[in-house]
Amino acid sequence: MSEASSAQARGLAKFGLSLNVLLVLVFLYAPIVLLTIYSFSGARNPGQWGGFTLDWYRALGDDTRVQDAIWVSIRVALVSTVLSVVLGTMAALALERFTFRGKKVFDALLYLPIIIPDVTMAVMMLLFFTQAFDLLDAWFGLRIAKGFATIVVSHIAFNIAFVSVVVRARIAGMDATLEQAAADLYATRWKAFVFVTLPQIMPGVLGGALLALTLSLDDVVVTQFVAGPGSTTLPVYVFSLIRRGVTPLINAVSVVMLAASLVLVIGSLFAQRANEGRRRREPAA
Amino acid sequence: MVPAVSMRALTKRFDDVVAVDALDLDIADGEFFALLGPSGCGKTTTLRMIAGLEIPSAGSLKIHGDEVGTLPPNKRPVNTVFQNYALFPHMSVADNVGFGLRMQKTPKADVARRVGEAIELVRLTGMEHRRPNQLSGGQQQRVALARALVNRPKVLLLDEPLAALDLKLRQGMQFELKQLQREVGITFVFVTHDQEEALSMADRIGVMGDGELLQVGTPEEIYDQPVNRFVADFIGRSNFLPGTVEDPSTVCLTNGTRVTVEHAGDAGEAIALSLRPERVQLTDRGAVPEGQASLDGTVSLVTFLGSGVVYQVALDWMTVEVRAENRPSVPRHDVGDDVSLWWRDDAVAVVPA
Repeated sequence: MSEASSAQARGLAKFGLSLNVLLVLVFLYAPIVLLTIYSFSGARNPGQWGGFTLDWYRALGDDTRVQDAIWVSIRVALVSTVLSVVLGTMAALALERFTFRGKKVFDALLYLPIIIPDVTMAVMMLLFFTQAFDLLDAWFGLRIAKGFATIVVSHIAFNIAFVSVVVRARIAGMDATLEQAAADLYATRWKAFVFVTLPQIMPGVLGGALLALTLSLDDVVVTQFVAGPGSTTLPVYVFSLIRRGVTPLINAVSVVMLAASLVLVIGSLFAQRANEGRRRREPAA
Repeated sequence: MVPAVSMRALTKRFDDVVAVDALDLDIADGEFFALLGPSGCGKTTTLRMIAGLEIPSAGSLKIHGDEVGTLPPNKRPVNTVFQNYALFPHMSVADNVGFGLRMQKTPKADVARRVGEAIELVRLTGMEHRRPNQLSGGQQQRVALARALVNRPKVLLLDEPLAALDLKLRQGMQFELKQLQREVGITFVFVTHDQEEALSMADRIGVMGDGELLQVGTPEEIYDQPVNRFVADFIGRSNFLPGTVEDPSTVCLTNGTRVTVEHAGDAGEAIALSLRPERVQLTDRGAVPEGQASLDGTVSLVTFLGSGVVYQVALDWMTVEVRAENRPSVPRHDVGDDVSLWWRDDAVAVVPA
């Protein structure tokens, strides 16, 4: 009797859990599915189904402003990722391998961009550029306008923090005597870094790079503040489209962005898996 | 002959802590030298200074006559076998072994030949393409040895290289390391806290304690004539019988027994007799050779070890440990037996109290 009732209770619990999972999945993914479906809708109103069409994707292909925005986004993402990976890795190495005056302060300040709100970061960057450009104008007569370069610099500013967090975790897990062994075997500091340290921390560096790339491609708030005329990234352009009335063109743009993000996320998952697999095969001595 | 390694007043301080205190030591070319001491005695710091992984705070450090005190590790003619081996996990065995040669820009053909020879020397032929994590602990250790020896260093440094191996493997490797050292003729400087390892392998041993070099000598000298209680106690086991020097060949123990020794020291000095457990003879009460000083006691504990038997013998004033061989000709004693202890005059060493 009690066995039967406990089995019943277990069945009920199982059903409840399954339902919960289903609801969570619907909540998370229904909007994405709807977005994708309506990007193929023939109606001008994005909430209305007007028969299947590829018109919006065709319109996307004809719209040079969207293409310009995509191109700017990609260039900003690539340049800021490369530079922030180099700088972030250097910062991570400095913090993990060396002691220097003001290390704790540097450590705390480095992670500030992760904590502070985007808007604060955006206003800070804007103020910084305005002041800096004023000074450059006053001292050297240099007239610089906001644009591609300011977007890149801003993205580097927040990406360094994320890259160094990821890379630092990897360096912390690496055996420091490997570098000593390299030095003992006649490697200069640079060669020890290239042949021993870098291969060991590569999964962290790649993970950091993918994170930086994604964050840069996604950013709206900071970019909106520091972008200039003629240098609009895709997210900022989409944001401005909404103000002029929503059409399924936005859906199409979003689906393209979604696909690109998915590729990046899957890529980073694979990098992580390779990383974990390697760790599993390297049991601590 | 110029020593392979020469230290003069070599000192290393970490902030306020003196890790190595004014070391004076010469290690001869081709010697197998062991630095022995408990953990924290400064032996590893000394080794790391020779390797260049620590910069001395003061003093001179020469390798084959050249001052190297502040040279970075990559500019020194020494190589190290690290305690955890520190093999590069992302490289094959062959790439690990060839790393030092490649860094020195040795021609490719030479690298291949010498790597092959080194791998053969440590008997790992056929494992060239394996990764370190596909090897057993003993094999990893051999890779670490080959990786260092392939560079033909003037001095090979070994930091507790056997500590990570299990007992049987460790004993096998002790023999093998000694054999290998004879074969290659390179100076080995070996750090260990295991006295048995040091005794069985080294040509000479330097015993360290608290950053200082306490005694340097052959294994026999260190074991038979320890300079103080610390050395006597650290190398093997010993009983310390307190007493006073009466004249250069007589010591009066605290219970009044007069004992003849070879070199007692200055009259009136408080000393201790260091008496190794295996050098004490245990007999039935009174069965002591004519004219030989003896101590009477009672067996308080018997421990059977297989190859021997260890007796704790309670005297009125202290307890003495005695080790007897487990041989049919050696009589056995039980707890509570009244016994006498005696030893040959040359079986004891006099150490400061």
